[in-house]
Amino acid sequence: MATVNRKVLPGFSLTLGYTVFYLSVLVLLPILACLFKAGSLSGDEFWRAVWTDRAKAAYLLTFGTSFVAAIANLLLGGLIAWVLIRYDFPGKRLVDALVDLPLALPTAVGGLVYASLYVEHGWLGRYLVPLGIHGAYTRFGIVLVLVFVGLPFVVRTVQPVLEDFDAEAEEASSSLGATRLQTFRMVILPTLYPALITGFALAFARSVGEYGSVVFVSGNMPFKTEIAPILIVARLEEFAYSEATAIAVVLLAISFSMLILINALESWSRRHAG
Amino acid sequence: MDINPNAPRALSRARFIAIFALSTLGLLACQKDPGPQAAPEPGGSAQAAAPAPPKELELLNASYDPTRELWRDLNEHFSAAYQKEQNVKLTIKQSHGGSSTQARAVIDGLEADVVTLASILDTDAISKKGLIKEGWTDRLPHRSLPYTSTIVFVVRKGNPKGVKDWTDLVKPGIEVITPNPKTSGNGYLSFFSAWGSVVLRGGSREDAVKFVTALYKQVPVLDSGARGATTTFVQKKIGDVHLAWENEAQLEVREAKGELTVVYPPISIRAEPHVAVVDVNVDRKGTRAAAEAYLKFVYTDEGQEIVAKHFYRPSNEAVLKRHAASFPEIKMFPVTDIAKDFQDAHKQFIAEGGVFDSIYKPKK
Repeated sequence: MATVNRKVLPGFSLTLGYTVFYLSVLVLLPILACLFKAGSLSGDEFWRAVWTDRAKAAYLLTFGTSFVAAIANLLLGGLIAWVLIRYDFPGKRLVDALVDLPLALPTAVGGLVYASLYVEHGWLGRYLVPLGIHGAYTRFGIVLVLVFVGLPFVVRTVQPVLEDFDAEAEEASSSLGATRLQTFRMVILPTLYPALITGFALAFARSVGEYGSVVFVSGNMPFKTEIAPILIVARLEEFAYSEATAIAVVLLAISFSMLILINALESWSRRHAG
Repeated sequence: MDINPNAPRALSRARFIAIFALSTLGLLACQKDPGPQAAPEPGGSAQAAAPAPPKELELLNASYDPTRELWRDLNEHFSAAYQKEQNVKLTIKQSHGGSSTQARAVIDGLEADVVTLASILDTDAISKKGLIKEGWTDRLPHRSLPYTSTIVFVVRKGNPKGVKDWTDLVKPGIEVITPNPKTSGNGYLSFFSAWGSVVLRGGSREDAVKFVTALYKQVPVLDSGARGATTTFVQKKIGDVHLAWENEAQLEVREAKGELTVVYPPISIRAEPHVAVVDVNVDRKGTRAAAEAYLKFVYTDEGQEIVAKHFYRPSNEAVLKRHAASFPEIKMFPVTDIAKDFQDAHKQFIAEGGVFDSIYKPKK
């Protein structure tokens, strides 16, 4: 197989070499450095740095809000992708372009704007706060900005799949007497699963690592709205590099195992979809 | 995907390794190259013969966030003076950021010639890595402190909640804005001030713990840095009192056009933003003479006037007296009144497991 590949793609070894090299330099090396730094702690020190009550609360908050935000993005993003592919309406290209905005905007700006909108005297807050909806300095606020930063991922992964979707399959389904819901559930959705799951995973991973926007909107109260990356920064301020890295390693480990799980789910659904 | 181990495969692996090694070498070579170029100019002091064209020199000053305006002003005046005296055309670059972030950058290789950071904790961290020689605080007048500062209150127009002293901050219904002591110099100085306001006026340690616990219960948002807290208080209009750097407070009030007022509490911490020459960097770059002259300039009458103009308290008594109107006299206690030194205070109160952590422990 290798020989065949080399004939089809000249320069295979060169491109692969560079791919591996750059991946090593850009991704693997920093992660190794991270592990190495955290490795300078003894097992006991490591444990004490990463498993305090406060850290546990922060992990739970980080992964909890990221999960909720990714679910919201799954529904919202799927819907947006659907609308953008299936319908024509004036301003569609503008809407399409808007979807990418969260990627281009510095997230700190996003966080600041969200916070100013939802505080008591903000444009939205002045109507929402009296109703008991606090969109700034609460967990709900964190979820809001995470939905914002994660939005493009589901939309952009689902869009191409929907675009390629064969309309005939849908027509066949309805001509065979399926209701709309049945067609959606049994014909359309299964082909979308892999893309939806990928989008979900990307949005989720993005949220776990998000710092810039969350610090501005969360209020950073320990045990309540303090996300794990803030703990890392706090330890850095004490020049406790190893302890800070230890927390990073824990985050990395949890994220990594979740991504593996999600990937497994995705390939399972791909096989299932057939 | 798996491939049988045959000859071409082995060949391609060998080639792959070769390419990998080559590109690594190439990258290293790129990195090494500018090394010798950046190193010249030993000695560095400019012996200016009258007709010689001005020598060009560049300095980098790593400072903390709110000093932007101050150093811009100082740099302009100093480089003009230096060119006249030494015939050296000086470009002074500034780098601003959170104080300890800056310290870490210098430790990790930011080639700053001088550091002018918010707290001795940060300058000492650089010194501990061997970049600044021991005993650096004695190398410049006033223990390397050309100016000091403190933490004051900013309140809304007319001081509607009648906040005058630290004890007013824990009254019911008062919201206090101050950044997170864990991530901000402004934050831990506020904490130290609050602590000192109790123990230096006859309170016990228990009273102080009780006071700061009550105080931080009234803090609705813990911003990560000083500017973030200012935004929360000024733009988002959250809170009744903002605990701010004196110079930040003055700026904030000036820009708010009558919406805000500064209130001086009777007692507050003496903040000590030291300045220092980064020995290892200036010796390598050959900029020692200029860097030392630069920091000494801040102590001159001209420098001290600029310092006062930007609401930092000049260490020159005469200049301070001339600006007495801008600097109301309050009891500014040194950190040694509440702990051994800044390191000790930070460890006791702020660092992992300190008093600050106990404030937020949920009661089980």
